[in-house]
Amino acid sequence: MHEMGIVVHLAKTLDEFAKENHVTKIGSVTLSVGEVSGIVTDLFTDAWQYFSRKHPILEGAELRMEVIPAITYCDGCGKTYETATHGRTCPHCGSGETWLVQGNEVIIKEIEAETDDPNAVRN
Amino acid sequence: MKIIELKETITASNDRDAQNLREELRESGALLINLMASPGAGKTTLLDRTIRDIGTRHRIGIIEADIDSDVDARHLAALGVSAVQAHTDGMCHMDAGMTRAALEELGYGDKDLIFLENVGNLICPAEFDTGAGKNVMILSVPEGDDKPLKYPLMFRTSDVLLITKTDAACIFDFDFDKCEERARKLNPDIRIFRVCAKNGEGMEAWEDWLEEQVRGWRA
Repeated sequence: MHEMGIVVHLAKTLDEFAKENHVTKIGSVTLSVGEVSGIVTDLFTDAWQYFSRKHPILEGAELRMEVIPAITYCDGCGKTYETATHGRTCPHCGSGETWLVQGNEVIIKEIEAETDDPNAVRN
Repeated sequence: MKIIELKETITASNDRDAQNLREELRESGALLINLMASPGAGKTTLLDRTIRDIGTRHRIGIIEADIDSDVDARHLAALGVSAVQAHTDGMCHMDAGMTRAALEELGYGDKDLIFLENVGNLICPAEFDTGAGKNVMILSVPEGDDKPLKYPLMFRTSDVLLITKTDAACIFDFDFDKCEERARKLNPDIRIFRVCAKNGEGMEAWEDWLEEQVRGWRA
């Protein structure tokens, strides 16, 4: 249950951010989730619902997830292609010497929040 | 409500905790080695052999992380090193907070080398910085030479790859050169040792590396 561990850390990161920036309420959290990050979004949402109840600042906050498409680069021909469709083998030249450029990251993109601090940004 | 851009990785809070812990360990002179591998790869056997070989020259501590049970901690404590069992409460990895709690239970002020035997898993442990000074992974021959292709993050975050159970190479179709080439493509700086903890083959090079790191950490 890989998602649970990640949600625990997400909640902790948001808790700290809220304290530092005098955030009084979080309305929503938007994540950018790589297409091949290994996160199962349904499981992640379940874990979020469970853990957000334990962190008062997150209670009732909506979780939004945006997908970052996975793109692979081919060493053989120098072209890129969609990882999810073609996997590890380059559809242009058939080479297996290919590397993921993006798509395995999970980033907290933004939050909607009420704050007492007019310049609320982490320094 | 206003929108605040964070653009921060989801584990940012753990990354900060881990960095703080690493600095504290550096000051106290205790090198923490995070040992990661699949279940059954031979983490405990490798530690057993390493402790028998170099244990008298160092003040070693062991943290055994498992979802349940304390068989590994008891096994290693029988060799005369201090060992604590950390339970992860169902989590498939150790993070910096859990590692700190286990280190406090173990007591690290009087140690120079501490092994954290992470939960057997090639995925989650690679995602969470524990605060260790060095990350070491084991890939055992029976698991196959294709594992760098399947679990790239683990190979990218490890400073050392130990290919173990080399005595089983005649049974399994394991291509050492191919495996090493795949690992180096993901991580050009990775140090690779081929070892057999059972018959001791190759252990010296790994142990020399380890002792060099202990000296470097203290300096």
